[in-house]
Amino acid sequence: MRISVTVDGTTYTDDVEPRLLLVHYLRERLGKTGTVVGCDTSNCGACTVHLDGHSVKSCSVLAVQADGSEITTIEGLARDGQLHPLQEAFHDRHALQCGFCTPGMIMQSLDLLADNPAPDEQAVRHGLEGNLCRCTGYQNIVSAVQDAAQKMSPGAGPEVERVGDEMSGRHQARTPATSSGGE
Amino acid sequence: MIPASFEYTAPSTVDEAVRALADAGEDAKVLGGGQSLLPVLRMRLAAPTALIDLGKIDEMRGVREDGDSLVIGAMTTHYDVQRDSLVAEHAALLARATDTVADPQVRHRGTFGGSIAHADSAGDLLAPVLALDAEMVVAGANGRRTVPASEFFVDYFTTAMDPSEILVEVRVPKHSGWHAHYEKFNRVAQAWSIVAVGAAVRVENTSIAEAKVGLTNMAATPVRARAVEEALVGQPATPDSIRAAAAHAAEGTSPTSDGNADVEYRQHLARTLTGRAINTAVSA
Repeated sequence: MRISVTVDGTTYTDDVEPRLLLVHYLRERLGKTGTVVGCDTSNCGACTVHLDGHSVKSCSVLAVQADGSEITTIEGLARDGQLHPLQEAFHDRHALQCGFCTPGMIMQSLDLLADNPAPDEQAVRHGLEGNLCRCTGYQNIVSAVQDAAQKMSPGAGPEVERVGDEMSGRHQARTPATSSGGE
Repeated sequence: MIPASFEYTAPSTVDEAVRALADAGEDAKVLGGGQSLLPVLRMRLAAPTALIDLGKIDEMRGVREDGDSLVIGAMTTHYDVQRDSLVAEHAALLARATDTVADPQVRHRGTFGGSIAHADSAGDLLAPVLALDAEMVVAGANGRRTVPASEFFVDYFTTAMDPSEILVEVRVPKHSGWHAHYEKFNRVAQAWSIVAVGAAVRVENTSIAEAKVGLTNMAATPVRARAVEEALVGQPATPDSIRAAAAHAAEGTSPTSDGNADVEYRQHLARTLTGRAINTAVSA
């Protein structure tokens, strides 16, 4: 079956078998190996990507279901060699040990911040409920998300402009980071 | 792992879907949000020959009013139910229960109707739709029919729907102004309910005028805690009288015993969670 999807800003058209999972399409056809498979049970969230602006577990979506959609993976976050503020925060706060859960953690954190730009600790933990870290480094992950939230908040600096544009494009129907408060 | 091969169709209307399902034969499966079905296919616990994907059927998405009822399209995602203003106003119990389903990623894909049609005894939407006296509208080769929630859930993973039928929408009588809460007990994040309780109460002055209570995972199907409902009516909405009524929650139940909880512990949970659910509901 022929599908057409836009992944990290590039449009691809491919013939795929209906049973091909989106995560396998991303990894094996498009070479987007930043998105990983962590489990076989849909629990771990390591394969989280954004499908039309919402986080999904790409092991639980068929590539054919994504036909006509826009997908953002962890590989689409950095711009011009510049890490996304969430990626920076994970780095700064030592929010990873083995790093396997990190792509999913970051993609889900981005989704969380689109809904709630200033989450308290409880809200971060609740928002990351679908992502498992087997190194159990949750403490630093939570602090990284809150750190990033602060850096991405309106009025926090020039970096915000870029993130704001990105978020309002990706999450048009939701709360764009630029629309609340500040200047 | 990788699912076994199947034929795939994505019809754009309910009528086309019903025809496609009939044409695909008895080993076909309906694909809703896929958050239960795709893991099952991946683990090769099932190998249907064809999937009929309802994802492109616009008429099955969204919430609308129809007189005294809300009509929730079966393909409305959990995420959309959580944020729907009509659901918040007229069926708050559904929003509170949906908040507890799985995790955010699953709620973006998983659907209201999919959960109900899947009929997992630990699923969190079954007891609430039973408690609110909802009706399921199903479509088949002979047109549409309506099945009350009290007759819809038959057994574990089994509903009154024929395999050739599709759940199109759920009609929920408006419970405007009712107080509601869903109290779920599980051990870890993302886990299914060991027991959960959905409660909706209508308070007049400071007394409980009407109450509806549904229990999750206290049987193969969701059950109503009728004795609690009767005991609540006319009582003041105070912790003491709520606790007294909640003591009836396990009456007549014979839940399963498994690694998570034995029968007595489940019955204890039913009483305790019922008290918490009603207390939280009336104090909201």
